[in-house]
Amino acid sequence: MDGFITTPSGRVPRVKAHPTLWDRLGDCRARLGLDRNNYTVNPGLYAVGDPSPDAPVVVTANYKLTFDTVRFALRGRNAWILVTDTRGINVWCAGGKGSFSAEAVALQVRKAGLDRVVSHRRLILPQLSANGVRLRDVRKATGFEAVLGPIRAEDLSRFLDQGPDDAMREVTFTFMERLAVVPVELVLGWKMVLAVLAAAAVLSLIGTELALGAVFQRWILAATATLFGLLSGAIAFPLLLPRLPTRLFSLAGAGLAAIPALALPLLFPSPAWPALVGVGLWTMTVSAWTALNFTGSTPYTSPSGVEKEMRAAIPTLAGSTVLSVICFIWGNLQ
Amino acid sequence: MKRFHHLQNVATLAYDRDKCVGCGLCIAVCPHRVFVLKKDKAEIQDREACMECGACALNCPTEAVAVTPGVGCASYIIQTWLPKGTTPQCC
Repeated sequence: MDGFITTPSGRVPRVKAHPTLWDRLGDCRARLGLDRNNYTVNPGLYAVGDPSPDAPVVVTANYKLTFDTVRFALRGRNAWILVTDTRGINVWCAGGKGSFSAEAVALQVRKAGLDRVVSHRRLILPQLSANGVRLRDVRKATGFEAVLGPIRAEDLSRFLDQGPDDAMREVTFTFMERLAVVPVELVLGWKMVLAVLAAAAVLSLIGTELALGAVFQRWILAATATLFGLLSGAIAFPLLLPRLPTRLFSLAGAGLAAIPALALPLLFPSPAWPALVGVGLWTMTVSAWTALNFTGSTPYTSPSGVEKEMRAAIPTLAGSTVLSVICFIWGNLQ
Repeated sequence: MKRFHHLQNVATLAYDRDKCVGCGLCIAVCPHRVFVLKKDKAEIQDREACMECGACALNCPTEAVAVTPGVGCASYIIQTWLPKGTTPQCC
């Protein structure tokens, strides 16, 4: 917040176009998945710089990470930002789920009295909101023409100066973009890992030797296998994605995990071979499942494709889970 | 995005050239450059890149494009398999 701008529709809060330490901290927390479901800004009209009535109006979602990306991209410019109520969800997902819609945009246009704030009748919408916003409906509801802006906020400046070009109309999935989603994959995967570690502790009670040391040895083997699976599926898989030889996420995840699975007998030479086969298979299962879940973080998988893969992958993974447990117990009873 | 493709021949994208009025909206909204404008009509140039986001179908003024839209993520699809009443949430 950086003061207010007085308009015929009332005072409009002005936001800074450079991040504070607090913004950066919130950004990190959201990217780590710590409180990203409650990381919001209030819907409504905001000002960047010192916008006049003919300054452009940029529409966005009320996920704070999204809002921050937009306002920082507008640094050095004078513009209005109209924030719609997407319940703290990013533009694309909110469009897909119906909360970023023509009605939602129209509601904020009316609430802000935008027709008295600006002299033009033009809203710049993020391209990725078009799966939820029927552009012509915005005009019907508000009299404002909805113009399709760029996909990425970083292209806003170029868009405002030169208009659209092909490069700003296509989604990308670069190494850095894939790296940015690794932390949240790890944090979300961690909940599953904790449940698995608890289950592994129970399974480790079954064995020829019941001394605490022996139980712990069995548990640490299962825990290492699980951790290897998570690291393979949540770090190696996303980063190597364009180089993997198969399009099946689950198969590629399983294949990648063969390497850490084969390393397990080197790290744990003493358990019987069925136990090592079991935990190796488990590493591949965890990695395959984590990789399959990564479909939700990519910008190119279709629901039809994901569902088709899941129908084949989930029974297979359920089977390999059962087989892992049987091998693990069988090995520990030898 | 030419480097990234998931499964082939699964997208529900359907296009009726006769209904197309050549407004070019499908070309503008598509984040995967599936459409291209040829002789005042839209044409599908890369069907396999379609991720079924639904932007083209929603914005087409003549319903020349149809697609069953949805969110392509595993946890969301699992939630749609579960009994109704549990509200799907992800992203």
